[in-house]
Order: sequence, then structure tokens, then C-alpha cells
Amino acid sequence: MNTSGLNTYILTLVTFVPLAGALLLVLFPRRDRDIRIFSLVISLLTFVLSLHLPVYFHRGQAGFQYEIDKQWITSPNIHYHMGIDGISLWLVVLTTFLTPLCVLISWKSIQDRVKEFFILLLVLQTALIGVFTSLDLFLFYFFWEATLIPMALLIGVFGHERKVYAAVKFFMYTMIASVFMLAAILWLYAQTGSFDFVYIRDHIHSVAGFPAAAQWLFLGFFLAFAVKVPLFPFHTWLPDAHVEAPTAGSVLLAGVLLKMGTYGMLRFNLGLFPEQSRQNAPWIMVLALIGIIYGALVAMVQPNMKKLIAYSSVSHLGFVVLGIFSFTPLGLNGAMFVMLAHGISTGGLFMLAGVLHERRHTYEISEFGGLASPMPVYAASFLFIVLASVGLPLLNGFVGEFLVLSGAFKARAIYGVLAATGVIWSACYLLWMYQRVFFGKVTHGENNALPDLEGFEKAAVWPCAIAALVMGVAPILWLAAIDPAVQAALTPIAQLTAKVAGQ
Amino acid sequence: MTPAAIPQGADYVRILPEIVLSIFGVVIMVLDPLIDEEKSQKTLGLVGLAGTLAALLSTWYMAQSPGLAFSDMVRVDGFSVFFHVLVIAIAAVVILSSFEYMAVQKIRAGEYYALILFGVVGMGLMSSAVELVLIFIALEISSISTYILAGFRRYDAASSESSLKYFLLGSFATAFFLYGVAMMFGATGSTNVDTISRTLQTEAAPTLVYLATALMLVGLGFKVAAAPLHIWTPDVYEGAPAPVVGFMSTAPKAAAFAVLLRVVFAINEPGHFWPIWIAAAFSMTLGNIGALVQSNVKRLLAYSSIAHAGYLLVAFAMTTSDESANGIAAAMFYTAAYAAMNVGAFAVVSHFANAGERYLTLDDYAGLGRSSPVLAAALTIFLLSLIGIPMTGGFFAKFYVFSAALKANLIWLTLIGVANSAIGAYYYLRIIVMMYMREARREVPVTPIPFGLGLALGLSMLATIYLGILPNRVLQYAQESARDLLPSRTMSGQLGAPEMPTTAPDLHNRR
Repeated sequence: MNTSGLNTYILTLVTFVPLAGALLLVLFPRRDRDIRIFSLVISLLTFVLSLHLPVYFHRGQAGFQYEIDKQWITSPNIHYHMGIDGISLWLVVLTTFLTPLCVLISWKSIQDRVKEFFILLLVLQTALIGVFTSLDLFLFYFFWEATLIPMALLIGVFGHERKVYAAVKFFMYTMIASVFMLAAILWLYAQTGSFDFVYIRDHIHSVAGFPAAAQWLFLGFFLAFAVKVPLFPFHTWLPDAHVEAPTAGSVLLAGVLLKMGTYGMLRFNLGLFPEQSRQNAPWIMVLALIGIIYGALVAMVQPNMKKLIAYSSVSHLGFVVLGIFSFTPLGLNGAMFVMLAHGISTGGLFMLAGVLHERRHTYEISEFGGLASPMPVYAASFLFIVLASVGLPLLNGFVGEFLVLSGAFKARAIYGVLAATGVIWSACYLLWMYQRVFFGKVTHGENNALPDLEGFEKAAVWPCAIAALVMGVAPILWLAAIDPAVQAALTPIAQLTAKVAGQ
Repeated sequence: MTPAAIPQGADYVRILPEIVLSIFGVVIMVLDPLIDEEKSQKTLGLVGLAGTLAALLSTWYMAQSPGLAFSDMVRVDGFSVFFHVLVIAIAAVVILSSFEYMAVQKIRAGEYYALILFGVVGMGLMSSAVELVLIFIALEISSISTYILAGFRRYDAASSESSLKYFLLGSFATAFFLYGVAMMFGATGSTNVDTISRTLQTEAAPTLVYLATALMLVGLGFKVAAAPLHIWTPDVYEGAPAPVVGFMSTAPKAAAFAVLLRVVFAINEPGHFWPIWIAAAFSMTLGNIGALVQSNVKRLLAYSSIAHAGYLLVAFAMTTSDESANGIAAAMFYTAAYAAMNVGAFAVVSHFANAGERYLTLDDYAGLGRSSPVLAAALTIFLLSLIGIPMTGGFFAKFYVFSAALKANLIWLTLIGVANSAIGAYYYLRIIVMMYMREARREVPVTPIPFGLGLALGLSMLATIYLGILPNRVLQYAQESARDLLPSRTMSGQLGAPEMPTTAPDLHNRR
């Protein structure tokens, strides 16, 4: 294969193959079965294509790779500029990895409007990948907003009882926040004449009005990302959206959508405004800490399994934000790793919760108990994913949290200490939930007859388990690509710190 | 400047579209009594459609000979060609979507199509006239036909109310405009826009000029439904036939904006800034807040059109000529994008409303996603464009307006606009939620989409998405015409830069 030719277009391919698949889906297959098979094929094809990225990635290099840069619109000066570095590389692969699993887990649970469902899923995939690959601020905003509509429709059309409320809340929250990012982007364009991320990063400091406006610009970007993450106190949309969303929606929401926020902070807040990031870091870290502890405590008392997992996301994403704003290589590497690990294990948890919902049509923990005897395989898979999420050494959750904690400790000891309690909390709520659902006697008679995991469900869940194991045993496979990019992101902040210290 | 007493051949070419449209309009009026009443609907409609197509062709012909005509009363330039094409295209799409509507509503077509064509004559002239008296006459031609069109469902009291309200308030507003013209003549001794502009550049403007501009702004502000002159809009739009609303919320508005652009930027005196700033802020806010509580789709879209007039006015609040060029181009793009999406949305509404316009409330739209996926998908695209979601024309329209405003340092106005588009998202979204996420509570019959309407929807959708993905061409054309509009101000090289002027042109042209 001529890889040099492919290198230019591989990102375009990975991004738009799902969209092309969605368009074909509009036109061709009519029978539900064909639609499912077709979507599976498309999403697997995308995954295989995306494997090209890590395989031919130059690991030691910090800059952007697989770049493509073409003029799209001359006025305003918008480019079709895509490229990835170690930060976005794995997020793209995470997206393409989770989507086929989403197709599988929706195989039987979606029976109504099948075509619309899979079209939305594939469109969502294109938008998500686009967010991580765009290097033009305009293109980025374009994809960022484009994720909203399919996700809101997935929640609103295919969700559970209070779906419309959840969908509208999700849409309005994120839409209003991102409008401020748009204002900031427009300001940057008006002052520099470019939307190009790299160009703005290198030239913004020579713009006359920048020092005065920088804090507002930082906040404009930060607000959009903080709502998406969601950082305490902007998290209230998340539990609603998760509880009402269909399983595949939850998986992509927790697995990838939330990472758009943390990715944005890492790429744009740190990249464009290193000085403001440093100045604002104290209160952001405090919010992250509140998120870690508050999310964990609220998760502890949830009677609803899905809500519990949703609040655990608030807690875990708090770790990511903490890691990013610790400005230590350890913390940033850890933050990246938590993002990936959380995507895998929380995605797995949502799928498993969805399996149970399909059988009993409820997420209430009190409805279950003693499931380990009727569903042994299910119970074992669940335990594995729970342990990964809790942070058992040799599974993926441990590596990231350990790195973040050591980074936070370096930044300020008390932050590390407080955040470390989050690890304990997460063990409490997840294992307690596990105990109530799976151990003891079967409390509800109908639970005795529940069928165990079926073939396609195993096919959806087990890849997550395998990935969790591999990531836990050999994190270096991932970190080798992440580290140079993270170091590069930290350089301007390190210089600033040195300058401040030198004065 | 030698006024030619006798019109030459070129003079007629420069108003060729108007002549063609008038001829077709008269032909329709003559044919109407001759044709069998059963058949007249389709035939007259097709004649009207042919008229618009011929007018488009003659616009191209007209564009080949730019210049002044009829003793400097009419000017053909990129600007007027742009609005000619826009207005005529709107009329063509509206005629396409009216075929079936007229049959379903049992309205005898007759003069309906002729009135649309005559209205377009007025609107075309509004965009090319550079003489305040001619602008007034064109405004009247366009207004009178829309007054009648608004009352076309004459057996319905709401429609008659709509027509009468529009007529009374509208005549009042044009009177203001005329009064403003008279005062402008008193202050500057001329009614020619170019002469006025030159006079005002050389001399300090007397107070009378401010009063005259204010009065003219009142008249035009009424026509574009800008706050605080917007109160008529919801009532009139609710009662008027749905395709006519699609027409009059876009075409006459576009023409009125064209006049506003000429008047505001040609008579470029500093006093216009604050009134327009305030009108823009109020229109956006009142329109969006009003729309939040509507349960009737036509009223909802009426309030939304007030809000969109506000976004458009943001582009008018520029003061220096560099900024003005950006603002004009942004405003022109906005009118085109808004026309595409709003005509489309009203085409869907008019089809769905069914006989007697029975189904108009939000609740009626429940479950449309299931009962007619095509109609629902089309409306969704138009609504997303109205929200301003990327990939649609509405996005770039807002984008250009706001970035022009930011370049002119209108930060607060931009923030108000941006916050408003977030509010706006909510009510458009309500319709989408209704269509896809709620099940129908009662049986609402949805008839299959006829060919004419399908074509109209297809064209509007194509235009909406084209403007959303490849806005380059239209915008560049608008930028070139924007420079045409400011001829007297183009002092050697002030606007000579080939690209959109920025505060840092060297950065801008870096590739």
C-alpha cells in the first residue's frame, strides 16, 4: 500500500466514511436487518481505517501529523485543515472503537425507526471524529455544533420516559455555552485574520488588544468546554441526559462527547492562552476537586444504576480536569489516560446496564439482587468492568488515576490528598452497587428467569474488557504517543513559570 | 452628468425585468376572464412562472449594461442585479408552491399570480432606483400588491383583518417615508441619492437632515418589521395565506433592506448609528422573546422574522466606510439566506395547513416525523438554518453579520445578538421536538406532496445548503456590489483592497 499518498487523505476518510455510510443508508436498505448489518460494516470499516493512524504514527514527534490543509472558503479565510497529534490520535481511535460496539448493543434494543437510529449514530460519529481532527477553529466549531443535533435526537426520539425534557435540556445547555466560544473565535478571527489554530497560537501574542481581552477569551472557550465535561456546577444536564438516553447514546455520550470538553481545554485553553490558564488554574482545580468528591458522594446514594454511573462520570472527569490544570507532565499524561480509560470502562458499564434494562425495563438497583446465579457470565463481565473503573492495578483505571494523583500532588499536596479520596469513594459506590445487584438471594422472582449475555452482547462488551486489560498492563503503548504532545503543550507554561520564578 | 431628455434604448434595457414582468402580469389579467375557470388555476400559474423565468433571463441581459438610466433615476449595478435575482427567484418559488395551495383552499387564482408579478416589479425598482421619489413609487407598487395578497382568503375574517391592518398601518408608514423625502429635499435641494450624498459630504448636515432620515427610517423600519415598528407583523402574518406570508416576509423585506442600505449608507451621516443600534437590539430581543410563547406556527415564524430583521440591522450599524462595505455584504448575504430558508419553511406550513388553513398549531405538528418523513425532514433543515446551525445558510448569514460587527468593534451589539440566537434556538427546536419526539394526539391528514411544491421545497433546500457549504461565490459577489454602492466614498484606494478589508490585511492574506 502506498502509505504516503494515504497519509494525506486518511483523516478525511476516517472522518467522512461514516457520513457517506449514513447517506447510503438513507437511500438503500429497507429491511431492518440489512440496515443493522450495513451500519456494522461501515463502523467496522471506519475502525479498520482509523487503525492506520496509530500504526504509521511517528511517536517521538510532537507536532501534527497526517495534516491536510486546503482553502475551503476564501472570505472569511477558512481552511479545511485537519491533523492529529498524540492527544487527538487516541480519541479518534476511541470513537471508532466504540461505535461498532454501539451498533452491536443496539441490535435488538432498537426495534422502532431502525433506519433513523443508525443514520443518526453514523452522522454523530462523523461529527465526533471531526471535532478531534480539525485544526481550523471554524471547522472545529462546525463539527462541535454538529454533534449536538444527532445526539439530541438520539436522546429525544429513542430515549425513555422523560426523553424530551432531557433532550431539550442537553441541547440548550451546550448550545448556549458554545455560543460564547463562537464569540471568542470570531474575536480571534477579527484580530488575526485567520482561523488556523497553529497560526493563531504562534501569532496571537503580537496582537495589540490581546492582553486586555485574553481573560474573556479564555473564559469564552472555558465555559463551552466546562459545560461539556461537565465540570461542577455545570453538570446538571448530564444525569438527565444519561438516564433518558438509549444505551448507544449513553455510551457515546460518556465515552466520547464528554471528552470533547476536556480535549478542548487541553488543546485550546492551554494551547492559546497559557498565561490565563496558569492564572485561572487555582479555582478551576478547586471546581475539579469539588466535582470529584461531590460526584462520588451523589453517586453513592443513587437508587438508579444509570444515574449512579452518570455521577461517577462527573467524578472521573474531575480527575481529568485536575490533571490538566496541574501543569505537570505526569498530570497531563494521566488526564489523557483517564479520558481513554473512562471511555472504555464507562462505555462498558453503560452497555451492561442497558442489557439489564432490556430484560427488566428498569434501572432501579432495588429491583435486582442475587443476579450472579441466574446470569453468571453477565456478573463476571460486570465485575471485570467495575474493577477496571474502580482502578484496580493492572487494569486501565489505575494507571490514569495514579498519574493524575502524582501530578496533582506535585502541583499542590493538599489537592492530591483530597483527590485521592475520590478513588476510595469510587470503590465504595461501584462495589456497593455491585453487591446489591449481584450478591445475596434473588429478591424478585422474575429475575430468576433472566437469560444470560447473548452472543452479540458478548461481542459488544468483551472488547471493552480486553481493551481495559491491555491498557492496564501495557500503558506505554498509549503513553509513548501521548507524552511528546503533552510535553509540547506544557512548554509555554513551563517558560511562563520560569519567568515568574526568575523575577 | 447630462440628463438625457429622451430615453435611449439602453434606458429600457436597464429596466427590462420590470417591463417583462409587467407584460406577463397584464397577460395574466387579460387571459383570466377568457379561460375556463376550472383550468385557469394551472394555466395562469404557469404563465406567472414563465414570467419570472423570463424576468430572470432579462436580469442577466440587464446586468450586461450597467449604468444610469432615465435621467439618473435608475442605476443598474451589482447591487441592484443581486436584489433583482433574489426577489424574482423568491417569486418563482412562491408561485411553484402556490399551485396546489390555491386549489386546496378553493381560491380562484386569477389576479393572484398577476399581483405577485406586479409586486416584484415594485421590489425590483426599489433596488435599482436612486431617486427618492421613484423609490417611493416603487415602494407603493410593491406594498399595494402585498396588501391585496394578504387578504386573498377573502371568506376568512382573519385574512380580511390581516389585509386591512396591513393596509392602514402600511399607508401610514409610507406617509412617514414621503414626509422624510420632502424634508430631505428641503434640506439638500435634491431627491437624487447621489446628489444628496455629495452635498452632505461637502457641507455640514443641517438638523433637518437628521429629522428627514429619522422619518425615512420609520417608514422603512415598518416595512422590514423592525422593533419598535413591528407590532403589525404577527396579526398580519397569521391571517394572510401561508404562501403569501412566505413571499411577503422575504421579497418586500429584501427590497426594503436594499432601499435602507442605499439610504443609510449613501446618506452617510453619523446620526444614524444609535437609532439603528437600538432598533437592532430591540428587534432581536422582542422578536425572540415574543416567539417563545407562541403556539401558532405562523405567529411563531412572524416573531422569528422580527428577530431576523434585528440580526440584519446589526450589519447596518457600521460607521466608517471600510466597515460599511463589510456590513453591506453581510446584510446582502443575510437577505439571500433568510429568503431561502423562510420561503421553504412557509412552503411546508402552507402544504400542511390543508383546506381552510386548519392545521397551524404546534400540537398539529406532533408526529409529523412519522406521518410524512419528507415534509418533516425539509422543515427540520429550514428550522436548523433559522437557528443558525453549521452546514446551513443561516449559519454563515449570522456569522458574516456578527463578524462584520465585531470588526467594527460593536462588541455589545454582537453579544446581544449571540445571546439572542441562543434564545431563538429554543422555539425552533420546539417544532422539531414536536415533529419527531411526540406522537400525534389527533389524526392530521397529510396529503402527498405534489410536483410543484416538491420542486419549490427542493430548490429552497438546495439554496439553504449551498449557502451553508459553499458561501464563497455569493459573498464575493455581495462584496463587489457593496463597493458599487459606495461610489462617492471610494476616494483613491480607500476601498481598493481586493479582499474583505480587515484591521490586519497582511495577516489576512498570508497564504
